[in-house]
Amino acid sequence: MEENERKLSKLSRWGLKKSPWAFHLNTGSCNNCDIEILDVLTPKYDAERFGIVLVGSPRHADVLLVTGIVTMQTYPRLLHVYEQTAKPCLVVAIGACACSGGIFDGSYHMVGPLDKIIPVDVYIPGCPPRPEAIIDGVVKGLAKL
Amino acid sequence: MRTTIPVGPYHPLIEEPELFRVVVEGERVVDIDWRTSYMHRGIEKIAESKTYDQVVFLVERICGICSTSHPIAFCNAVEDLVGVEIPERARYIRSIVAELERIHSHLLWLGLAGHYIGYHTVWMWSWKYRELVCDLFEKISGNRQSYAMIKPGGVRQDIKASEYGGIVKAMDELEPKMNMLIGAILDDPVMLARLKGVGKLSREDAVKRCTVGPVARSAGVDIDVRRDYPYAAYDAVEWNVITQTDGDVLAMAVVRLLEILEAVKIVRQCVDGIPEGPILEEIPEVPPGEGIGVEEAPRGECFHYVRSDGTNCPYRLKVRAPTYSNLPSFRSRFIGERVADIMIILASIDPCYCCTNRAVRMEDGKPLRMLDEKNLLDLSWERTKELERSFPQRSRSWLEI
Ligand code: SF4
Repeated sequence: MEENERKLSKLSRWGLKKSPWAFHLNTGSCNNCDIEILDVLTPKYDAERFGIVLVGSPRHADVLLVTGIVTMQTYPRLLHVYEQTAKPCLVVAIGACACSGGIFDGSYHMVGPLDKIIPVDVYIPGCPPRPEAIIDGVVKGLAKL
Repeated sequence: MRTTIPVGPYHPLIEEPELFRVVVEGERVVDIDWRTSYMHRGIEKIAESKTYDQVVFLVERICGICSTSHPIAFCNAVEDLVGVEIPERARYIRSIVAELERIHSHLLWLGLAGHYIGYHTVWMWSWKYRELVCDLFEKISGNRQSYAMIKPGGVRQDIKASEYGGIVKAMDELEPKMNMLIGAILDDPVMLARLKGVGKLSREDAVKRCTVGPVARSAGVDIDVRRDYPYAAYDAVEWNVITQTDGDVLAMAVVRLLEILEAVKIVRQCVDGIPEGPILEEIPEVPPGEGIGVEEAPRGECFHYVRSDGTNCPYRLKVRAPTYSNLPSFRSRFIGERVADIMIILASIDPCYCCTNRAVRMEDGKPLRMLDEKNLLDLSWERTKELERSFPQRSRSWLEI
């Protein structure tokens, strides 16, 4: 039984590395990081050719791209989305906001940073990080699996 | 039968978390309501604990897309308070940066609008051309977004003479592409059928609901801060305010597309006519008093109010972003439209919710005190529960979370 489970998890991890699907979650960012995520998918960087697509439902997601400081309003929704994702799921904190709160640190409406709330696999610093940095971060994260 | 369709807060098509409740009867929309504040970060409060120099970086991050408009409006307010004139060269640099930003913002909108109506080619193309501007920004300021160019009293970084060529070259490259894109969009029968007459805003409504920017201009209201209250170098260059009369989504698209060409014109003239000289007028200290600053952001008039008590931090900062004024126009524009057009009408004002979000609690119509952490959290949870109750048969794909 355990043997099977191990095989299965190995299989799912292997599957995860090819063509990861990402769900983008904005938890109170300034939109810059979000634009840079979209930039990764558009012609200049075109990550879609490797099968990386943004999906509309967290249930389909292999990678959770989180931006923003996690405001009180988005906090319960973040938990909800995280619960819905199929595990294992790579959680990527994008931008200074998600990594540490950045310039908004100390705000009365902030619950984050993200790693206080859910386990984070990859931190991509920068305000905003360049698209190359985002690609690099996700690739490194996938290699870790 | 009336049905309420929740759009958001995490909807695959909306970049930012917002909740729209659209009430439909069959195919037609009969009412719309919205909830914002998911992205409220308390920026006005944080600003009170930062020095004037630091606040510029903070307001830059109100909205990543208008990351020059907010700093310029804030610096206009501080300069109004202190009463300094910024150097001539700084004015031109501000105009160049602001217009480049307008180009990238409008292209971004165009791409998203294409995406919303299922024209992915438009999305990919306009984002491809947008990269030209991002690269230019990287050359000038060192960052693709959030350029940190503006500072109270002038600009933080100079544009070197060796960079002029690159700017002009990018403009030369951009202009034919823009003409091609405009032609491709305005000649396309499907585009026209999808956009013409959709989400109409009458001139009266545009005035009554206090719309600003391209939304107002598309309905024939001839306002533009750049012309009406000139700042930066806009009074020194030749350009036109673009207006349309229809007020539908097509008119808004046309206004933005033509504004890109105007922006190209302005950037060219600014690069041509930029004078030599200092770029910064030092502001040693800020006296007590108040000042206001306005700026024509890509989405419309952006307003900042600064009150000083003589210390090195603002006593109060008040921001009114353009989307805040444009949102109420939804009420008059949605009624009677098709469900399939919801997304494009939502997108047509080029909304930027992260600028707009406020946290105020209303009870019996009276605003109460600001809520503390615990209250807001409880309220937020309550609200999620309430929403869950009120949409019992929601379909999963709408992602009402
Ligand atoms: S990290 Fe910087 S660019 Fe990214 S959302 Fe936060 S403030 Fe904006």
